[in-house]
Amino acid sequence: MFRYRDREVSKKIMGELEKMGLDITLMHVCGTHQDTLMRFGLDGEFRKAGIDIRQGPGCPVCVTPPEEIEQALELARKGVTIAAFGDLMRVPGREQSLDDVKAEGGDIRIVFGIDDAVEMARDSENEVVFVGLGFETTAPTTATALLADPPDNFSVLNFHRVVPPALRAIASLGEIKLHGMIQPGHVSTIIGTEPYEFLSKEHGIPQVVAGFEPLDLMMGVYMLAKQIGEGRAVVQNEYSRVVKRGGNPVALKAMEDAFATSDVRWRGFPVIPRSGLAVRSTLGKHDAAKKFEDILAPVRDAEYKEPEGCRCGEMLRGLLTSEECPLFGRQCTPSTPVGPCMVSREGSCYISHRYIRGGRRLDEH
Amino acid sequence: MCLAVPAEIKSIDGTTAKVDFGGVMRPVNISLVDAKIGDYVIVHAGYAIEILDKEEAEKTLQLFRDILAQEDAGA
Ligand code: SF4
Repeated sequence: MFRYRDREVSKKIMGELEKMGLDITLMHVCGTHQDTLMRFGLDGEFRKAGIDIRQGPGCPVCVTPPEEIEQALELARKGVTIAAFGDLMRVPGREQSLDDVKAEGGDIRIVFGIDDAVEMARDSENEVVFVGLGFETTAPTTATALLADPPDNFSVLNFHRVVPPALRAIASLGEIKLHGMIQPGHVSTIIGTEPYEFLSKEHGIPQVVAGFEPLDLMMGVYMLAKQIGEGRAVVQNEYSRVVKRGGNPVALKAMEDAFATSDVRWRGFPVIPRSGLAVRSTLGKHDAAKKFEDILAPVRDAEYKEPEGCRCGEMLRGLLTSEECPLFGRQCTPSTPVGPCMVSREGSCYISHRYIRGGRRLDEH
Repeated sequence: MCLAVPAEIKSIDGTTAKVDFGGVMRPVNISLVDAKIGDYVIVHAGYAIEILDKEEAEKTLQLFRDILAQEDAGA
């Protein structure tokens, strides 16, 4: 993989991009792309070449709205064992986070994946609820575990979301003029490249599926710049060493068997049609939404406000960079996060704060 | 977050494989891929979601070089 960091090739690509005299805005939707951009200082180099790259709704924890976080909190308060990814622990619900409820005695455990949670349920008398979070990269893991006949005391609070409908929402809202999109390598590993084609056909947006090494991103941007220059709009695949046009059929089948699409709200967005995944009724006994309907209904239907002054919502629609938020690095830091974009390791505020302090880039951290 | 670096499969027992993450051995679920020992896999949330195609990896690098060589020739 080291060769995907080849300095000479990177320098050449940047040189070519600079020669093109560009003035374009691109979007990607992946925390790992943002990490590569910031960690290697590519964002600044691209900007010098007239290329502004925004992170859109590509942070699963960030796009999870407060009413969903609050459901996990409420189950924990009622004595259910909650198994969640570490990234979710400090995200604020209405007033508290999972961490806060844990401090008050809630049985909340961090897991690396759903299999750990299933094991936990096998060893427990208590009800265990796994908070299913993430895009098409993690959704098939939840689907596979649900289809493998987990114990009766195991269920999933299913907040998985799928990416293409959110891209449609961004394009249809029309708030930001995008000259191209860098599509997420690992979501594409599952879904393939075909589900993005509508964006090029219907909205004229050039697209490249890219990997996560610096050279992958640079090449991806270069391929986009070429398309833009030639007046073309198609989906190209830079990450062919992992992504196939048809995706991963085993994973897609598991998702199809376990989930049906549903209309859900994303933080910063209105309800996005068919962008959520609901557990199919055949697996209903493992669907926490059904199992704990009485506890969850009031929480789910309540009104929630976003944290005061937090611009996360605009950030997720690509309208703002983290440094443009007045709270960034002042009231809002990773140890005192105001919004989810500063909590999640995939959030643009967290990533910016990690690599830039006081205008200085920290390469070693 | 996406673990961008592929891990090598060292042993397989049913749907569980032991993979090497740069010196650290971890079990991963391989239900979603048709993997064998020696394959490099992309791992998410404890599951291998795809196998790295080593030939394609080489081809992509060669493609980068070719494109840039063309630019040089055309400039
Ligand atoms: S810096 Fe903090 S307050 Fe501002 S948008 Fe990011 S998370 Fe919200």
